[in-house]
Amino acid sequence: MKKLINRQPNRYARWFLGLLPFALLLAIYIGASSARLAENPDDPLLPSLTQMAEAVERMAFEPSKRSGDYLLLQDTLASLQRLGIGIGFSAALALIFGIANGAIPYVRATLSPLVVGVSLVPPMAILPILFIVFGLEELAKVMLIIIGVTPFMIRDMQQRTLEIPEEQIIKMQTLGANTWQTITRLMLPQIMPRLLATTRLALGTAWLFLIAAEAIAATEGLGYRIFLVRRYLSMDVILPYVLWITLLALVIDFLLNRWSRWRYPWFHATGQ
Amino acid sequence: MAMIEIRNLWKEFGEDVVLERLNASIEAREFVTVVGASGCGKTTFLKMLLGTETPTRGELLLDGKPIPEEPDATRGIVFQRYSVMPHLDATGNVMLAGELEASRWLGRVFGAHRRRLRDDAIAMLKEVGLEHALDKYPHELSGGMQQRLALAQALIKKPRILLLDEPFGALDPGIRRDMHELVSRLWREQQLTVFMITHDIEEGFALGTRLWVFDKERLDPQAPEAYGARITYDLAVGRDDTGVLDDINADVDATARTIDTQTPQPTGEHS
Repeated sequence: MKKLINRQPNRYARWFLGLLPFALLLAIYIGASSARLAENPDDPLLPSLTQMAEAVERMAFEPSKRSGDYLLLQDTLASLQRLGIGIGFSAALALIFGIANGAIPYVRATLSPLVVGVSLVPPMAILPILFIVFGLEELAKVMLIIIGVTPFMIRDMQQRTLEIPEEQIIKMQTLGANTWQTITRLMLPQIMPRLLATTRLALGTAWLFLIAAEAIAATEGLGYRIFLVRRYLSMDVILPYVLWITLLALVIDFLLNRWSRWRYPWFHATGQ
Repeated sequence: MAMIEIRNLWKEFGEDVVLERLNASIEAREFVTVVGASGCGKTTFLKMLLGTETPTRGELLLDGKPIPEEPDATRGIVFQRYSVMPHLDATGNVMLAGELEASRWLGRVFGAHRRRLRDDAIAMLKEVGLEHALDKYPHELSGGMQQRLALAQALIKKPRILLLDEPFGALDPGIRRDMHELVSRLWREQQLTVFMITHDIEEGFALGTRLWVFDKERLDPQAPEAYGARITYDLAVGRDDTGVLDDINADVDATARTIDTQTPQPTGEHS
């Protein structure tokens, strides 16, 4: 018998073991839910799967009685738009300032301390300032995401740029490259897949800030809806919404990963 | 006039003297190989030729003028590792020099000009024996093939002097012999001036027209940094000369042991 650390599950065993915890959680939930509902059919805390399906039906596939909109669709589009604009701007800023900081010592000496300082400010603490300065509309929510994730993305991009081997930077110069060409032909292409990797990590934080901002001031959005129905203890809406947000995050992460592997095969092949 | 002239050159890092009183000159078309113990300033000297380090005292002249204090197209280089761009395929790596020269802002060219650069690059890749790997990325190439690619990439720029920093140190012995043949042939055909650092004294003897040994003439076992290295042997080579080779081996080994027991690796040497 081999030692446990040397024993590998085969493909079927891996699938089975991987799905097992999910199945167990679901079983525990269903058990607890039916126990509570048997005692009190109006108990809102642990709705049955049927109740949740009805809530999804109502939120996703029937127009709202009040406004005539499909609420899940409306909330999803509103949230994804904020998230997309916020994370898009953050990634662009991180790319520009990260490479500039990493490539040019004079820029780094000037901006790097500022970036470190700003990245230490807790973004939620300045949320009130954002609402005061930018109003309660879209801009404040997008700004919260940008302020929340950009500084650490810049720091990461700066670090990744500094990690490009000195040999390659020297090699570029011996091939006749000036500063701009070294940035555009060496650093930019090598940093792009790393930017995608950092963006995937930053998305988790971006969701946090998005939902926080929507919870405080919004009229639509996934976070807004969750906090709205919380007043009625509508777990039958909250739980599907949470699952839906998780699914969205998973799909976005998957797409970014696929894009990176498609565009930058050399990056993934070298195992970096 | 000599292509490279070294006049009373010193290099110090703070208290540590790395090189002292170097005097030498290199003519065009020479193939200088440099051996010596780690920590004897071989790489530091190469960095001065490259422009990433500057002499503390003395002069280092290229074509009679002080050597530029940053890397540029006059001096090509192949390092032991990381010499090629991982994000470009073989042809792209070799086309890079031409593209950079042709397009100041984009660093890319298109159309007929691109086809011409591509044809030149393919010819150069054939020259180094990579005609079967034109669209392979560096990670798909073996160590020897990567170094062939690095040579092709550097040579297409036609540098005044080609610097090689232990380029074959990480390769298997058989592959290394193939690379020796390649470098010798390129040196003859392209009329290059080559300055190569190696750990392998036999490689230095076999490959160059001239062998330099960097070694510390004065060596205080308690403080190996107190005195710098000099060029202790400057030999015309290219023929078998076993007696001298054994002498040099013994000297270099003795220095290496003293330095090794006394000091950590000085920064700036990577070996």
